[in-house]
Amino acid sequence: MGGYGDVKLLRDDGLRLDGRKLDEMRPVTIEAGILPAADGSAMVTHGLNVAVAAVYGPMEAHPRKIQRQDRAVIDVRYNMAPFSTSDRIRPGFNRRSREISKVTAEALESVVLVERYPRSKIRVEIEILAAEAGTRCAGITAASVALADAGIPMRDLLVGVASGKVEDIVVLDLDKAEDNYGQADLPVGILPNTGEIAFLQMDGDLSPDEYNLAMEYNFKAAAEIHEIMVDALKRRYEGGEN
Amino acid sequence: MSNGQNGAELRLVTPGMAIGPSAGMRVGSGALAQNDTIIATRLGWVKHLNNTVSVDPINSAYMPRSGDLIVATVAEVRNNLWFMNINGPFQGLLPMSLAPWKVEFGAARQHMGIGDVVLARVQEVDECHNVVLTMKGVGLRRLNQGSVHSVPITHIERLRGEGNATIQRLRDACDCRIIVGENGKVWVDGDADGIAWARQAIDLVHTSGHKKSFEAELSALENNAPKNGDA
Repeated sequence: MGGYGDVKLLRDDGLRLDGRKLDEMRPVTIEAGILPAADGSAMVTHGLNVAVAAVYGPMEAHPRKIQRQDRAVIDVRYNMAPFSTSDRIRPGFNRRSREISKVTAEALESVVLVERYPRSKIRVEIEILAAEAGTRCAGITAASVALADAGIPMRDLLVGVASGKVEDIVVLDLDKAEDNYGQADLPVGILPNTGEIAFLQMDGDLSPDEYNLAMEYNFKAAAEIHEIMVDALKRRYEGGEN
Repeated sequence: MSNGQNGAELRLVTPGMAIGPSAGMRVGSGALAQNDTIIATRLGWVKHLNNTVSVDPINSAYMPRSGDLIVATVAEVRNNLWFMNINGPFQGLLPMSLAPWKVEFGAARQHMGIGDVVLARVQEVDECHNVVLTMKGVGLRRLNQGSVHSVPITHIERLRGEGNATIQRLRDACDCRIIVGENGKVWVDGDADGIAWARQAIDLVHTSGHKKSFEAELSALENNAPKNGDA
């Protein structure tokens, strides 16, 4: 939604510029347990996005003023590496990373059983190594797998996925050109087993019908990504016998 | 390892995955009942025992219990107590009255500073998860030498073995003193070669403790133990 002009985003044959169908997702791969120092970790590649998440804890919450007497706090730090885009990103926090850290923490708090660890903190670090639109969704998916890998109790896995609108047509999983020059973006965090939505943001405008179609695409994609997440977690412990 | 379902194929579940109907079943740890269905809340192995369904987690945080022997590290020092990192969600509190020395008020730093490692026992855990430690007891002391390593909480039994058989094998193989804390911290003391070998063995528990091949890999490692090498 950052650009304007007559940028053509759909081909004459109805496919998108990268050859995908309207409801086709970019390829997703997930690997769990990639960081030996972390209690849980995961790497998600979603198209050209590469997101790494590490989970530490639960641990004593410091400073003590952030402690909650009845539950754990989830401390999320989302960061894009300076080399993750073609324009160098200035290292450190910025408005966007603070916003994404906050919405990610709130989404994860709704799936993690935080009441099991009062007064403690679960630290989630999300590092975007390569960005091509949809990094917050890739980050949420990676964080969810890392939390499960760390043995943190959760109601469900949380899947981040997005749909949007280009040239007045709803499409699933926007790539960089579609994100920059499209008309709307609808990233959501979905609990695939219960069908609940843990977070939802919308940039641009969608009609009710377009919104419903976008959500239909999102749920379909979430089911596909969920299978890949489960497979990644099972693959990590294959050969196990408890 | 006990899994309560001898002969049955173990089933690995992820959070949110349905385990089965909740009718007539009790819900154990690592699971919860939702809309007449028992779902897993952790990544782990499903366990059916005495009409109770639970999930044995693959990874887990250390939850302190009264009587646990642990290897703890001093995190903060106050005038009359120490806050200890017990490798869990909560810090442990060691008051000067439960230290093995006679400590004057304000002199706690003279006995232990930040980073010092101790062998302690969990004295009490109350309903608010306040953890009180004690160093009064046989063998409880400050650990002035050796090194501290980590193993996942769920692999401690694997490291110890049946009747402490595995840990004794390791002690004999590397000629080191090894103490396994319930909090997943392992203290090793001996000569440099012995400690280096023990570290390899502990890393093996970390990476392969959940695998069927663990025993074979450990036996292979034992052939390279310092004691075997000397002989």
